Amino acid sequence: MRQSRRFKLTLRQRDNIMGYIFILPFIIGFILFILSPVVQSIVLSTNEVRITSTGFELDYIGLSNYNFALRVHADFVEELVNVMRLMLMNVFWILVFSFFAALLLNQRFRGRLIARVIFFLPVIMSSGVILKLEQEDYMMGMLEGTVEETFNFVNFDALSSFLMRLRIPDGFMETIALAVDNIPTIINASGIQILIFLAGLQSISPSLYEAAEVEGGTAWENFWLITLPMISPLILTNIVYTIVDFFISPNNTLVQMIRNTTFQGAGFGVSAAMSWIYFTAIAVILGITLLIFNRLVFYHE
Amino acid sequence: MASLVAKVSYGKLTINGKQVLNLNAVSSFVYRVFRFLIIVGISYVILFPLIVKFSSSIMTRTDIWDTSVVIIPKYPSMNNYRLAYRFMNFPVAFFNSLKLTLGVSVFQLISCTIVAYGFARFKFFGRGLWFSLVIFSLIIPPEMILIPLYLNFRFFDLWGILPDGGLNLLGTNWPFLLPAMTAAGFKNGLYIYIMRQIFKGMPKELEEAAYVDGAGPFRTFFTVMLPGALHGLVIVFLFSFVWQWNDFSLTSFYLPDAEVLPIALSNLARNVLGDQYLHAPVEGSLVNNAGSFMIIFPILVVYAFLQRYFVESVERTGLTG
Repeated sequence: MRQSRRFKLTLRQRDNIMGYIFILPFIIGFILFILSPVVQSIVLSTNEVRITSTGFELDYIGLSNYNFALRVHADFVEELVNVMRLMLMNVFWILVFSFFAALLLNQRFRGRLIARVIFFLPVIMSSGVILKLEQEDYMMGMLEGTVEETFNFVNFDALSSFLMRLRIPDGFMETIALAVDNIPTIINASGIQILIFLAGLQSISPSLYEAAEVEGGTAWENFWLITLPMISPLILTNIVYTIVDFFISPNNTLVQMIRNTTFQGAGFGVSAAMSWIYFTAIAVILGITLLIFNRLVFYHE
Repeated sequence: MASLVAKVSYGKLTINGKQVLNLNAVSSFVYRVFRFLIIVGISYVILFPLIVKFSSSIMTRTDIWDTSVVIIPKYPSMNNYRLAYRFMNFPVAFFNSLKLTLGVSVFQLISCTIVAYGFARFKFFGRGLWFSLVIFSLIIPPEMILIPLYLNFRFFDLWGILPDGGLNLLGTNWPFLLPAMTAAGFKNGLYIYIMRQIFKGMPKELEEAAYVDGAGPFRTFFTVMLPGALHGLVIVFLFSFVWQWNDFSLTSFYLPDAEVLPIALSNLARNVLGDQYLHAPVEGSLVNNAGSFMIIFPILVVYAFLQRYFVESVERTGLTG
């Protein structure tokens, strides 16, 4: 107050100045460590890069790095399509599972605390070097077999021939097949999403359910008419988070391919071109997702 | 003989006017059993690898090939831990990792919190644009900016201010610390988002009262807002600590030869077994499991202490809305 009287600042001016002071670290960081590398990577992608002892030299070669990635490179396009398909299935199942798990963890029962501690464990366990070792590990390969065996009470061959007879479309079949094969992966990739959904469920005002009870609503109706619409913005948040998380994960095969290209393969320029193609694909998918789901989301205000 | 009159009303099964079964109670019992089984099943999927990892880390070769040994080894030994401790140079790697991780996560916590407060509480010109740039920073693939960043840190000259050729920051902690200080590190957009939601969820009256009492924006931020946002601070700190502690991707990029835990662990089997490495997957796996456990253990301890911020007060993380 005293300060603003001395400088005769209006509230709006104060907000402008204080706002920029607070976000100043991000502005600096964004320009230095995000924007400038992004611009540089555009430059790299149109050049041939050679590392020398005092720096690096660039030779402008136009779009031929992109051309190389898309037309010449043996696996890039195939892997890109593959990653997209995997992503769609993963996102769907992670979302279903995390929503279901959050509904469970939101109920009152004995041992809820322990259940929550366990469900969030993958957030801290399945990352970085631990995950990397598990993927390469011989014993963990055997272990995955054990866990899958446990889940084989669903006889998958019988199930698939049954679904075939029902003339279920192939894409749908594949989705189910992937889910059954990947139960542990999906559970382990759902930690943050469960956290987000749970937070959402807990923020739904109990008075809505009370009102529904007075009107004679059943649990089934409550779910479709209260829980789902109220949580729909978070479904969108989670879809976006899951897509991004899947795409930028260091364990993603395409990300690994781009990295290998940098140091062992065709070099910095081609790998920068590859990341740009990849980023464009991500942006397009995110754009389509937002376009489709934004209509379905219910906003409270 | 009187005829049998069975009637169901309000979920209660009555025969000849006498209640024999409460169907509501039955269905709720069935549901509870079902729920219990599902929760146990999921917990099994999550915990089983951890248990196997631990049990195999105290096994010897004999136990591995003994088919009667499933989880509990017959000849438990700490040998794998001894090997892992020696070949990872554990004390040195541990303290290097701790120094790096603490530095990064504390800086990220401070910078992201400050930035998030700016976004949450001040209506400044261009706020929407800058916030969309926060989201942008979250969705660009790290691989895309990794190469230019790598080159920048290799020849770090601050746009020609430093003498030609610049400094080589690779192999130091600076490539991690500099972005952390400026809220531009790995997944920092997510932390800004979380903290912004928390600040937005706090009542405005708190700050107004502080302003009326003569506190400036900074003092209000530090003395009024921060203590109220403790839950968010803990969660952001934990995420940032864990992701940096386990990180292999960036660490192998910037610190390929440093003695830090992720690098040490990824080379562990090769160092212990030497040339035999590729031909002895089981032995490699045993040591790796011991090593993994030594890395995870500190995180598990931290998680055990901080879990109540996760599980009890999720509603206050403010991730909603």
